[in-house]
Amino acid sequence: MAEQTKVTTLEKVVVRFSGDSGDGMQLTGTIFSNLSAILGNDISTFPDFPAEIRAPQGTLSGVSGFQVHLGSRKIYTPGDKADVLVAMNPAALKVNVKNIKQNAIVIIDTDSFQKNDLTKALFTTDEPFEELGLTSAQVVAVPISTMVKDGLVEFELDNKSALRCKNMFALGLVCWLFERPLEEAMHMLQNKFAKKPAIVKANIKALTDGYNYGHNTHATVSTYRIESTNVEPAFYTDVNGNKATSYGLIAAAEKADLRLFLGSYPITPATDILHELAKRKDLGVITVQAEDEIAGVCTAIGASFAGCLAATSTSGPGLALKSEAIGLAVIAEIPLVVVDVQRGGPSTGMPTKSEQTDLMQALYGRNGESPAVVLAASTPTDCFDAAFWAGKLAVEHMTPVILLTDSFIANGSSAWKIPDLENYPAITPNYVTNYKGEAPWKPYLRDEESLVRYWAVPGMEDFMHRIGGLEKDYETSAISTDAANHQKMVTVRQAKVDYISNYIPYQIVEGDQDAELLIVGWGGTYGHLYEAMEDMQDQGKKVALAHFKFIQPLPKNTAEVLARFKKVVVVEQNNGQFANYLRGKISGFNPYQFNRVKGQPFVVSRLVEEFTKLLEA
Amino acid sequence: MSIEVKYAKYVAKDYKSDQYVRWCPGCGDHAVLNCLHKAMAELSIPPHKTAVISGIGCSSRLPYYMNTYGFHTIHGRGAAIATGVKTAQPDLSVWLITGDGDCLAIGGNHFIHAVRRNVDLNIVLFNNKIYGLTKGQYSPTSDRGFVSKSSPFGTVEEPFIPAELTLGSRGTFFARSIDVDLKNSTDILIASAKHKGTSVVEVLVNCVIFNDGTHKEIADKENRADRTIFLRHGEKMLFGKENEKGLVLDGLKLKVVTIGQDGYTLDDILVHDAKTPENTMHLLLSMMSGDMPVALGVIRDVDSFVYGEELHKQIEEVQAKKPIRKLKEFLMSGEIWQVK
Repeated sequence: MAEQTKVTTLEKVVVRFSGDSGDGMQLTGTIFSNLSAILGNDISTFPDFPAEIRAPQGTLSGVSGFQVHLGSRKIYTPGDKADVLVAMNPAALKVNVKNIKQNAIVIIDTDSFQKNDLTKALFTTDEPFEELGLTSAQVVAVPISTMVKDGLVEFELDNKSALRCKNMFALGLVCWLFERPLEEAMHMLQNKFAKKPAIVKANIKALTDGYNYGHNTHATVSTYRIESTNVEPAFYTDVNGNKATSYGLIAAAEKADLRLFLGSYPITPATDILHELAKRKDLGVITVQAEDEIAGVCTAIGASFAGCLAATSTSGPGLALKSEAIGLAVIAEIPLVVVDVQRGGPSTGMPTKSEQTDLMQALYGRNGESPAVVLAASTPTDCFDAAFWAGKLAVEHMTPVILLTDSFIANGSSAWKIPDLENYPAITPNYVTNYKGEAPWKPYLRDEESLVRYWAVPGMEDFMHRIGGLEKDYETSAISTDAANHQKMVTVRQAKVDYISNYIPYQIVEGDQDAELLIVGWGGTYGHLYEAMEDMQDQGKKVALAHFKFIQPLPKNTAEVLARFKKVVVVEQNNGQFANYLRGKISGFNPYQFNRVKGQPFVVSRLVEEFTKLLEA
Repeated sequence: MSIEVKYAKYVAKDYKSDQYVRWCPGCGDHAVLNCLHKAMAELSIPPHKTAVISGIGCSSRLPYYMNTYGFHTIHGRGAAIATGVKTAQPDLSVWLITGDGDCLAIGGNHFIHAVRRNVDLNIVLFNNKIYGLTKGQYSPTSDRGFVSKSSPFGTVEEPFIPAELTLGSRGTFFARSIDVDLKNSTDILIASAKHKGTSVVEVLVNCVIFNDGTHKEIADKENRADRTIFLRHGEKMLFGKENEKGLVLDGLKLKVVTIGQDGYTLDDILVHDAKTPENTMHLLLSMMSGDMPVALGVIRDVDSFVYGEELHKQIEEVQAKKPIRKLKEFLMSGEIWQVK
C-alpha cells in the first residue's frame, strides 16, 4: 500500500452534483446532504433543474444540478461557488464553470468525455478544461461507466440498467473524499427502492466500488473532514420551503381546530404546495384544483365563509389575477391566506428563477383602500413558522394575509427540527359566540380592542346574515353609500390591520448592537445577508442585521430600531420596494440601497464587498 | 298537531330578510324571489343550513333579501365561491343566484367548470338578455342584431343558449321557466334543489326598463300555450290550447304535428325522458325556437357522481387506511434522523 492520504479539516464545503436530467443527480445530492446531516453537519441545499422537462441527452440545456453546502458551523445558504464538482458529462462541466471555484476538485466520468460527448456540449477542442480556462482545477478523471459495468457483471443487468448506477459510484467517491461512512447511504437506498431488491443491491455495489476506488487509488491528494456541529438534540427531517409552507398551514389549522382548505391552480414555482396538500388527505386537508387562478382564491373564499382555514397558493402572475377577490376578502372581512412564491417578472418573466419583486403588488395591488397583512418567510424552514403566523393572523383578525416566499427558498432545503406544536401559540378564532354586546349582533360589529368582527359560520343557528363586496353600515351592517360611514369603514379596516402590530413580536437585530452598518432585508435573502454579516464580523467589522418577517403591519419598534444605526442599507432583489415602503412609513428614513434583479440568489462575497465599501464611505 | 306542523315546517316568510327589495317595480326578479321563498318553505331546509351566493348584477342582489346565510360576491365568480362553500360544508343547501352577464360572460369559465364537476349547487340563472345594472348593454344571450347602447347598429355575434352550454359542459340538470309562471317556477326550483349535483334553472325574466318584452312572445298568456311546451318526465310532449299538438322525431330532427292530422295519433307523440343519461334529445328539446315551441320545465335530470361527495369519500378512504391525524405523527412517520 502507498502512504496514507492526507486529511484536511474544513469548516464548510460546497459540493455540486451535476449531470444529465436522467443521471439521478437530485437523488445523489439528497442522499449526500441527508447523510451529512445525520453525521451532525449543518446543511443547506439547492436543486437547479433545467427549464426544459427533458432536453436532448448530453446537451447544455439538459443539465441538472444539486448543490449542497455543509459545515461544522451554522450554514445559511447553499453557498456561492462549489469546492467540489461532480460532472457526469462535458455539458455539466461547461454549464457549471461559473459555479465553481478556480481550484475546485472536479470529478468526471472519462467514458462520457469522448469526442461526440464534447461535440454535443459544443466544445471545439479535445481539451475541455483548457478550453474553459479551468487550468488550476484538481481533476479526478475516472472511467466511471466502465468501472460500474465491470463491477455489476455478476448482477446480469442490461447495459442501460447497469449504467443507471453511475451516480452511486460518484456518490461513493465523494463519500470517501469527505470520510462519510456508507451505512446511512445504503439504508436510504434500501428505503428508496424497497420494492426492487435487485436495484438496491446493484446501487450498493456501485456505491461501495466508488468508495473503494477512491481509497485504493488515493484519487486526491487529501481527503476532508467536517466536524459535527452542535446541533440541538431532537428528531430532524429534510424540508424545502414549499413543503414547510404546507406543513405550517396544516399546523395552523390543527391549532385553530379548523379544517384546512386549499384552492389552487398549478403555477411554477408554487405548485408543490398543491401537490403536498393534495397528498395530506390523511390529515383531512381539502384541496380543489381550480379552473384558473381566480377560481383558486374564490373557492378558498367560499370555504372560509363556510368555516375552514382557507388558503390559495400562487406566484406573481397568479397574485395579479387574484387581486379583485382578495379585495372581496378585505371588505367582507373573512380569513384568507394567500401564498405567493415569487418568481422573476414581469408577466411570465422567468418562471423558474427567484426574485422579490411582488412586495408592492402584495401591499397595494388592489382597487380601493384595501389593507391586507403581508408576511415574508426568510428560509426554507422559516416557511413553516411564517405560514403558521399567516394562518393565525388571518383567523384571529378576520383578514386576508399574503405570505411572500420565493422560488429560492421554496425549492431550497435544509435540515429541520421537527416542531412540537405545544410550543406554538394558540389560535383562537373570534367566533360570534364571543359577542357579549347589548345591541343585537350584526355581522360587522367589532371587538373594541382589536376591531375584529365576529365570525358566524353557516350552520350556526340564529346567526344567519349577509356579507358581500358592497360597503356596509358600521352599525347596522346593511348596504350603505353614506359618505361619513364610508370614511369610518375605510379608517376602521386600516386600523384593524395596523393594530395587529400589538399581537406580533418586536423586530430583532442580530449581530453587533453597536454596529456601524445595519443591513436591512426581508424574505428569502436572509441566509445570504446573515453570512455576509458573519464574514464581515470575522474580519473585525461591526455589522448588524435586521431581517423583516412582518411587513404589514411592521413591528412596533421598527422606527426605533432603524434610528439606532448611523448607516443603514436596505438590500433587496428588486428595485427598492421595501426601501421605499419604509421611507413612506418612517419619516426622515433615508437608507442606502443595494438592489439586484437577476433571478439569481445574492453572492455573499459580492455583498461583503459592497457593504465594506459603504462602511468606508 | 298544529304546533308540530309549525315547528316541523318553515313558511315562506322564514326565508325573507328585513331588507327593502330594491329592484325596479315590474321587474321579473320580484316574482322569482317570491317563488324561491315558497320553494324553500316547501323544502323546509332550515334557514341556517342554507347559503345563498351571488355574483354581481341586478339579480345578484337577491341574497340580501333572504333570511339565510348569504354572500354577495364579485362579478362572475359566484360559481367558484359557491363551489368552495359547498365543498367545505357538504350538508349546506347552496344556491347560486346569477344573471346572463354574470354567469355567461365574465363568469363563463367558472360556470362551465362547476357544471362539469357536478358540484351540488342550485344555480338560478336570471336571463333577461341585457345588462341592467350598467344600464342597457347587450349580453351574451342577446339575439344577433340586437340593438342596445353598446350595439347601436345591432350586434354582430351569436348568443349563447344556456341549455346548450350546460349540456355541452356535461350538465346533469337543466330546467327552464318564465318569471310570470309562478306555480311552475316554484315547482322547478324545488326539483332543482332535490337534484344531487349542479342544477341549472334558466328563468326567462323581463327587464322592464332596458329590455321590456324580450320574452313577450312566449310569456304572454294568450301565446304561451302555442309558443311553449311544458315538459314533464314520463308524459307525452303535448302543447297547444287543447293539447292538440305534439312533438315527433323526423329523422334526427323534432317536428310539430297535430293529432288527427297527416295520420298522426297520440301514440306517435314522444314521451319526455328527463332521466336518460344520453343528452341528445335534451339538446334537441332545449334548442327549439322560431317555429318550434320553446321548451319549459325540467328538461334534464340525471344522477351522476357529485363533486363534494366524491372528494370527501376519498378523504375517508385515505383516512381508513392511515391512522395518522396529527401533523407531528405524520412528520415522525417520514424520513427522519435523530441527533442525540
